[in-house]
Amino acid sequence: MLSDKDRIFTNLYGIHDWGLAGARARGDWDGTAAILARGRDAIVDEMKASGLRGRGGAGFPTGMKWSFMPKEIGARPHYLVVNADESEPGTCKDRDIIRHDPHKLIEGCLIASFAMGAHACYIYIRGEFYNEAQRLQAAIDQAYAAGLIGQNACGSGWDFDLYLHRGAGAYICGEETALIESLEGKKGMPRLKPPFPAAVGLYGCPTTVNNVESIAVAPTILRRGASWFSALGRPKNAGTKLFCISGHVNKPCNVEEELGIPLRELIETYAGGVRGGWDNLMAVIPGGSSVPVLPKSTCDTVLMDFDSLRDVRSGLGTAAVIVMDKSTDIVKAIARLSAFYKHESCGQCTPCREGTGWMMRVMNRMVQGRAEPEEIDTLEQVTRQVEGHTICALGDAAAWPIQGLIRHFRPEMEARIAAYKSRGASSRMAAE
Amino acid sequence: MAEANTQAVVQPATFAFDAESEAKIAYFVAKYPEGKQASAVLPLLDLAQRQMGRTTGSAWVPVAAMDEIGRILGMPPIRVYEVATFYLMFNTAPVGKFHLQVCTTTPCWLRGSDEVVHACRKATGIKGWKETSEDGLFSMTEVECLGACVNAPILQVNDDFYEDMDAARTTALLEALKRGEIPPVGSTIGRQTSAPEGGPTTLTSLSFEKTE
Repeated sequence: MLSDKDRIFTNLYGIHDWGLAGARARGDWDGTAAILARGRDAIVDEMKASGLRGRGGAGFPTGMKWSFMPKEIGARPHYLVVNADESEPGTCKDRDIIRHDPHKLIEGCLIASFAMGAHACYIYIRGEFYNEAQRLQAAIDQAYAAGLIGQNACGSGWDFDLYLHRGAGAYICGEETALIESLEGKKGMPRLKPPFPAAVGLYGCPTTVNNVESIAVAPTILRRGASWFSALGRPKNAGTKLFCISGHVNKPCNVEEELGIPLRELIETYAGGVRGGWDNLMAVIPGGSSVPVLPKSTCDTVLMDFDSLRDVRSGLGTAAVIVMDKSTDIVKAIARLSAFYKHESCGQCTPCREGTGWMMRVMNRMVQGRAEPEEIDTLEQVTRQVEGHTICALGDAAAWPIQGLIRHFRPEMEARIAAYKSRGASSRMAAE
Repeated sequence: MAEANTQAVVQPATFAFDAESEAKIAYFVAKYPEGKQASAVLPLLDLAQRQMGRTTGSAWVPVAAMDEIGRILGMPPIRVYEVATFYLMFNTAPVGKFHLQVCTTTPCWLRGSDEVVHACRKATGIKGWKETSEDGLFSMTEVECLGACVNAPILQVNDDFYEDMDAARTTALLEALKRGEIPPVGSTIGRQTSAPEGGPTTLTSLSFEKTE
């Protein structure tokens, strides 16, 4: 169990002062100028050595991502864009950072921007987080007033401007290139890559997009050292992570723990256990709605980190743990996610635009059992035709929950079809 | 993608930003580099919607406001229209004074969002989504994940999240709104934000010097 002294987000629940004085009492903004004085390369190397992997879902090494930015600032300015569009179902960790520890994020923005040669940073926050955005803007204003950001930030000689930009309700804007399009004042439709944002990003300039949590942990890593961070967690899955435990647990909550904690321990230690006891567990979606569901037998032993969850054909994603007990209509739970992806598809790529609607309609029939058994295979095949055939990963994200359902709960789907047939109703083969 | 609005909407012929809004336009536009003022289209659409809410009691964005924003930012009107209709938070038709946005995505659904929907319908008399109650007080929209899942289910009223809802607390909230009261936002069962019910079980060994 992680001890409090190794927790980064010491005001996770907002018990203490979110403001500058409170943040300073918790160790933020301590020696920031000295960190910057180490220089760009030293900061990037330290981040690489820490083993931090991006906290937004993909798990790409953060230090390496920073190193992709051009070494010299050319005619085009560099930008850091912070992805605070937190919309992945199950995920509510960035919200706590923003409303309770905003100065960790702001200090991280300064350091990360400096390390990438960016004099300006935009934080793109989802529009529904209105009160959170007010809080963050107030913290930004405090940082400006105290000379921590702005011209000659922290007395470092580095000029740095930080701007908050509110989205307006579109899950797709959490995809980094859609976010950039949205920030430029357009519809949030993802761009083809390459070119990658580090070459051609915001306003055609070199840009790095990082998740809130990835940026907010950076100052603590740099203060306490890469070796401190990398000693936590498991090899190649270093450090602490905010977990969001929702669904059928006795006490849903957010908590910071080490990567690699057993899923069962996470749920039983912090979330009061599964409703009705561990044996009442049916399934868990371990990393936000986009990752495949795991049956109880896997949940008994699986560890919560990127590689362990990949090994069981799921993923850590955003570490949003959605727990479902035996009372759950598992087909309906996944069908609701299919409806989510249909609603959130931007409509740009045909396989996603058409596929998400088709998958949703078939899933809705599967909920009733109004289908033929062989349609389960057809549905599986269609998910494979959507997956990997779209500009961004939303198509994949729509496919994976269904694949996980078929992989682990096919007998339930078949039983439902049989029950529907036995009631004498005829199913409708559908070329929807 | 936000659904196209098919209702017949009575559009005002003109729209002008009032003094309170005007003061903010320059603030928003100044956030972006010269020549990139189109970036301010989301903030300005939001500003227009808030002004409508403040001045008419219905927070929505008429076409005339989109045209005015296009003029201010130097954008062809169609570029503003396509943005306004892409993002769910812009209401392209009038809504009630209290916009009830019920999250029904899986984490909220697992915790009983169906009950919340039912209680909203019962208390307001609204039958379908995107409809407004006869007294003009409430509109209901089904929304996707609001990003507060450990406090599910969530009912968002205008800008505020009401968390840890159930049928009884939803009814009580709506009755209070009808009486003109605005109950405190956040958890409706007294939880400390996202901490487990009963209080935090981590971070309890830390103390920080008293500030402010």
